Formats: sequence, C-alpha cells, structure tokens
Amino acid sequence: MSAGEFVTDRAASEELTAILRGERRQVVASLTRLTGDLTLAEDAVQDASIIALHTWPRTGIPPNPRAWLIVTAKHRAIDTLRREGARWAREREAVAVALQRAPDDFSVGVLRDDQLRLIFTCCHPALAPEAQVALSLRVLCGLSVAEVARVLLVPEATMAKRLTRARQKIAAAGIRYRVPDSEDLPERMRTVATTVFLLFTEGYASRSAGAHERRSLADEAVRLGRLLVQLLPGEAVLEGLLAIMLLQHSRRDARMDVSGDIVLLADQDRARWDLAMAGEGIELAASAIRGSQLTPERFAVVAAIAACHAIAPSAASTDWDAIVSWYDVLVRLDASPVVLLNRAAALAESGQERAALDAVDALQGLDDYFWWHATRAELLRRLGQETEAAVAATLARRLTDSPAQQRLLDRRYSGRQPNR
Amino acid sequence: MTSYVALIYTPDVDWSQPEYADGMAEYQRFGKDAASVIRGGAALYHTPTATTVRVTGGKGGDVVLSDGPYAETKEALTGFYLLECADLDEAIKVAAMIPGAWNGAVEIRPALPMTVNVPTLETSDTVTQ
Repeated sequence: MSAGEFVTDRAASEELTAILRGERRQVVASLTRLTGDLTLAEDAVQDASIIALHTWPRTGIPPNPRAWLIVTAKHRAIDTLRREGARWAREREAVAVALQRAPDDFSVGVLRDDQLRLIFTCCHPALAPEAQVALSLRVLCGLSVAEVARVLLVPEATMAKRLTRARQKIAAAGIRYRVPDSEDLPERMRTVATTVFLLFTEGYASRSAGAHERRSLADEAVRLGRLLVQLLPGEAVLEGLLAIMLLQHSRRDARMDVSGDIVLLADQDRARWDLAMAGEGIELAASAIRGSQLTPERFAVVAAIAACHAIAPSAASTDWDAIVSWYDVLVRLDASPVVLLNRAAALAESGQERAALDAVDALQGLDDYFWWHATRAELLRRLGQETEAAVAATLARRLTDSPAQQRLLDRRYSGRQPNR
Repeated sequence: MTSYVALIYTPDVDWSQPEYADGMAEYQRFGKDAASVIRGGAALYHTPTATTVRVTGGKGGDVVLSDGPYAETKEALTGFYLLECADLDEAIKVAAMIPGAWNGAVEIRPALPMTVNVPTLETSDTVTQ
C-alpha cells in the first residue's frame, strides 16, 4: 500500500508532504521530551508521518496537523515500548504509562522549549563537532541519512554509523534532553552557534563535486540561525551568528564566476549582492554589538567586520581603518594566528603593506595553512617581490584541494611559477 | 540517575611517598566537597606495582602475566571514583573539580549496572508477562 493510491491530486499530495516536512522538527522535539529517547521519538514520528500520508487524503488535513502528529506519534511510541522483547520490560512499561498519562500540551511555550531542548541536545559539547553537525542535519533539519551523507561527502554507511553512535552516546552517557541552566547557557549557546556556523562553512567549502547540494547546506544553516534568533531573541551570540551567515550568503551569486572560479571580495560585482539579505545582516550585526556585554561576543565582532564590507558601495570605498579596529577588538578575544593573519590582511588594505607583511611573517605555526601562503604571496606581489611571491603561491597551491582556489592562484601568478 | 566512573590520568605518582601529601590533601578536600555524589573510588599505587593478567586460549587457558600496566603511557591511570549523577552535565561539573583534571585529564564513562540489576529485571520480566 502506498500513499499514492489515495492521492490523486498531485498538488494536494505536495501540500501534505510540505506540512509533514515543516512539522517534523517540532514533532520530533516534543516526542523526545515525552519519551526521553531520541531514537524512539524519531521512529515514532516516522510512523506517524506514514499514517498521515495514508489517512489525510481521505479524512482531510486535520485542523491542527502538529497536534495530530504529536498525539499519533505518542501512541506509536507506546505501542513500540509494549511490543519490544522481554528485556527491561518493567522499565519500558513505566515509560509507556508515563507517556499515556502525559497531558497533551500544545501551548507555544512548551513547543518552543521542546525545540530548544532538541537543539541543545544535538549540539552538546560532549559530542564531537562532526557528530553535532550530522545530528543537526538529520534531526533539526530533517534530512535523510542519505542526504546527510551526500552533503557532508561521507559514504552513507559511515554516516549511518556516526549517527547511531551519537544517539547511543546521548542515551548511555546521560546527556539529558533539556535547556541548560542559566549558568551554563552562554557557553552552550556558543557551542550551538559554532556548530551551525560549521555547517554553514561546510556549505561554502565548495568543491567541484556536489557544489549544488553543498549550497543547500548553507541554506539549512541560515534557516537554523533564524530559528535560534526566534527561539532565543536578543542574544548577541545568536544574532551575530545569523548576521555573519546572511552577510556572507548575500554575496553567494557574486562570489563565483560562470566557470565556477572564485571572485575575490574586491572584484565582486556588488550589483549581484542580495541587498535585502545584506540589509537584514547589517541590522542584526548592529543589534548584536549593542546587545553585547562588557566583553563582546566573538560572533558579534565578526559580524561587525562583515557588515563593514556590506555597507561599502564599492571595494574602493571600504572603510579599512574601521575594519582594522574591529580586528583589534577580535584579537583581544581570540589572538589565534588565523585572526592575526586576517588582521594583517586588513592592515594591508588600509595601506600599510610593509607592516602587514611583517605581521604575517611573524606568525608561527601556519606552515600548513593555505591562506597564510596565499596572503604572503599577495603582499609580496604588491611590494614588487615577484619571485618570492611566486614561491609562496606555489606553496599555497599545494595546500588546497579546491580547484577554484587553485585556478585563482594560477590566474594571479601564471608565468611566474619558478622552475622546480 | 546514572552511574559514572571517573578515571584519572596524570603523570605516574606514588601516593605512598610523603612528598605527595599535599596532593593527597587536595583529593581529600574534593572528597568532602563532592561527598553527595561519590559512591566509591581509590588512589592507585604507582604503575610499577601493576600486574597485567591475560588468559590465552579462552576460559580456563593459560594465565599469562606481565609486570607493569596494560599500556605504558606518559599519563597513567592513577585513581578513580565511582559517581552517581543526575546526568552528564552534572558528572562533567564534578569531574572538573577533581585535582587530576588540571594535573592531567579525567575520563568519565557511564557505567552499565551489572551484578545486581540484570537478574532481578529478568525475573520481573517473567512475572509481568
């Protein structure tokens, strides 16, 4: 029996699928609260969706599909608990009884907290970052295991194993499904923001294979960012996160040319920027900075830097002095070599190329970092040290497997490659 | 409630020597502060006192001994606690108070209840069905 037997009207079927997709996260979230078990919740929601596909075409879509799905999934979970083998039967029965007695509460506050609990569970710092990313895509974004595997460029069997292991750890290690208490909340929000941003940058590390799917990864990350700001409004770290993603994403059509080559910020056609999205990002960045405590949030400062670029009508009119001073703030929060490298690049743009090169050369431990060599190459080229620039470019080229980045280097330094 | 074992990995120490008295006092303070969740534990004699036991060829086979710890590493297992905590977040907070956490690292592992619970549950299963 397939859903298609009942659904003759394709548009109606599409509406149905869209509702199920749209409600999935909330329904899984509420079921996880009710059962305390992510795997059981996901399976029950899957069953409830199949039941909906079979019955809704006959009965019509219920007035509150979300409530219908939660109640149906709850009954499926009770059935599963009672049906499974004999081991641990008493404990399972206790959960089943508790489930049956749980009030059906669909108030806005409860539903909102359910989503937050689910987000904080998927992004628990005791889970490895790659496990957090995979779980978020599967559980929060509702991608299938095959889709998660495809966008993260991992074989499907590997991904299935990774997800199972993550769920097992949540259950066995006692990662409880809850919103962190106020003492832990700021740090835990940073973990969530970092995971979502990781997802976003994965989407941007476009390689030739799967570039299209990976761009949809960035869309998912932006969607999660919006959800976070909606669920926890006025939090500088989350506003900063969403601002950075929107500002970067607003340039998505300008950052690659027709042949898939990278176009640097300075060379981008700003008419192709998504100004509405950029505007939203600028407003959020400003709000994140205003809402920051005495020590500003890292994400808010990075958003401010991105906003400086977005408000410049042309590359030449960029206020590099402002950007350098934002980097000074950032360095106080995070004096990592990569941040110092970016500050040096901004310094160069503000006209201080020699000082920038000295700063870049002073950095330790970036020998294997593509951008360190690429930045050196660019600075040396500008200072007229072309042979050394070409050597740096060759080293940079070896450190990237992105064909677009390789072509960019070839274009800039072609004919100047030293013989080796 | 979940049971956790906190395994303490630090540079090898001989707790029986007087120069480690200060370190021992630190652990005693932790023991007092975390008394409500500690269910057991011990400091271990240093690794040269360890004996590793293996039985080859399955149950009842030859007992093969080696002098020393299972793995020679820079940081050795020097002590452990058995904790009972509400969840992983609480266990992490407790583990962060163990002196070994800043002298080395503390691994927290959920413990599967074995000896008491399983047989009782199996019996109750037959009763409920």
